[in-house]
Amino acid sequence: MDTLKNLLHNPRFRNILSWAALAAILVGLVIGTVQTTRRVEYIWRWEQIPRYVLFKESREIVVEDNATVKALDRAGSSTVIVAVNSYGEEQYYNLPKDMIEVAVGDELKAGDLLAKWTKWKPGLLLRGLVLTLEISVLSIILGIIIGLITGLARLSSNPAPKWLAIGYIELIRGTPLLVQIYIFYFFVGQVFSLSSFWAGVLALSFFAGAYVAEIIRAGIQSIHKGQMEAARSLGMNYYLAMRYIILPQAFKRILPPLAGQFISLIKDSSLVGVIALVELTRAGREIGTSTFNYFEVFFTVAALYLILTFTLSMLVQFLERRFAASD
Amino acid sequence: MIDVRNVYKTFYSRHKVEALVDVSLQVDKGEVVVIIGPSGSGKSTILRCLNHLEKPDRGDITIDGILLTDLKTDINSVRAEVGMVFQSFNLFPHMTVLANVTIAQIKVRGRSREKSEQITMQLLHKVGIPEKANSYPSQLSGGQQQRVAIARALAMQPKVMLFDEATSALDPEMVNEVLDVMKALCREGMTMVVVSHEMGFAREVGDMVIFMDEGRIVEVGTPDKIYDDPEHERTQAFLAQIL
Ligand SMILES: Nc1ncnc2c1ncn2[C@@H]1O[C@H](COP(=O)(O)OP(=O)(O)O)[C@@H](O)[C@H]1O
Ligand SMILES: [Mg+2]
Repeated sequence: MDTLKNLLHNPRFRNILSWAALAAILVGLVIGTVQTTRRVEYIWRWEQIPRYVLFKESREIVVEDNATVKALDRAGSSTVIVAVNSYGEEQYYNLPKDMIEVAVGDELKAGDLLAKWTKWKPGLLLRGLVLTLEISVLSIILGIIIGLITGLARLSSNPAPKWLAIGYIELIRGTPLLVQIYIFYFFVGQVFSLSSFWAGVLALSFFAGAYVAEIIRAGIQSIHKGQMEAARSLGMNYYLAMRYIILPQAFKRILPPLAGQFISLIKDSSLVGVIALVELTRAGREIGTSTFNYFEVFFTVAALYLILTFTLSMLVQFLERRFAASD
Repeated sequence: MIDVRNVYKTFYSRHKVEALVDVSLQVDKGEVVVIIGPSGSGKSTILRCLNHLEKPDRGDITIDGILLTDLKTDINSVRAEVGMVFQSFNLFPHMTVLANVTIAQIKVRGRSREKSEQITMQLLHKVGIPEKANSYPSQLSGGQQQRVAIARALAMQPKVMLFDEATSALDPEMVNEVLDVMKALCREGMTMVVVSHEMGFAREVGDMVIFMDEGRIVEVGTPDKIYDDPEHERTQAFLAQIL
């Protein structure tokens, strides 16, 4: 009994115990998931998934008419097959070199093979991931710019920029992102004839911008006002003081909340699926409807989002460590 | 050099605070003026008006012939001529000592980096801490930080230096190292306005002591006159408190 008590108070043993508990919980989760899907008689077909990431496309090019191969002209990475049909007309086929299945003088019947090759192509999931990445990166960059301008305007003592900034922030924070996306697509997009891509990017940018503005405002206000006064007393104008004294200090404090905001933005980008942009989530839905493998598809989609958000977290942690050097 | 005429400043926060009431003072080139007075008497406010961190409600301030209160005056260029040292040092914590002192020389004065760093090292020698050039402010003692702040202000080669309780936030053993730097500046002929209750400093290098109370200048005189034989009751009461 005493030995058991001693064991329970041993920090190393307790450490091992808590790791074991964690492992047990994880194993339990996996077994639970498998059991549940058994109950609904779901047939797992993970082998369906890889081809939606990358697939091998084989291409076969055939001759249109009965014809004779007159020449094979090499031009860089491609070869032009010159074929002469029974009316004496020349036909040209521009094909990748090294894949040609015919030689000069061959007599071909319509439908005969001229060339054959295979090529890796990105599947719907990978294309969705790339689109999500493009939309997120552009929205983050534009969101920072909009947020910086709005944040500074919000702090201005001049009422015009200040109240414009407050109005914009309240408008964005008080309405659902989905509604904003529709407005950017149907209204702003129509008026300025934007593609749905740019309508989506701008909707997300203005959405993020409002939140970034508040983060930047709080960051700047957290810097002791003596810093601004010292900078101004040295003759620096407002811009110089912001650029070299206030913002570099604020940046360090802004970074963690900003990272949280941008991780949200990556996830919120799944909403632009509603305006005909086949980003990651929409791609998952389309694959689901055609294969009915919803489970595998959305587990994969979730994993891909995790890769994006986790990479961003890592990047921010790296930046934080770099900037912490001066304290 | 400095000409302040009938300056008023009122703050409206929770209460109405008349921080400056009809304040006038003249400081000649090379003169050292020491301002004393109880907390909240407007000492900081008058200093802050002198480099326009605070805008007077009424009255005129002229520095080296330039009317500060004129809307057409380029305030940034005047500020570069007026150095200010704060009670709380206000060094830039994200920069090394060297960068703290060079940044405004480069960005405001338009000096080259080499020239700025050369001037910075000379000034750090002068305030006695050249070996700290590559340290960050958080690695320095209070006295060292304040000496860097003085070097930073001097690097702009100002015509006037303002000190707002520059030694009040320091531990007692560090007060003298900062006062010594300030005294050396006085002897070089710098025009200075110093808010400080260090009587020894005022007696040694001050040309004039001003006693302020409730936003008004109550009494002006030589250090010996003010400290040894003050005329006003309020001055006597205040000195009795701090001495
Ligand atoms: N920015 C401000 N807003 C409101 N009141 C202020 C401000 N600055 C100073 N005051 C008030 O003005 C008075 C004078 O302040 P100050 O010049 O700092 O006094 P001192 O430096 O002599 O202690 C005080 O009552 C102070 O509370
Ligand atoms: Mg004060």
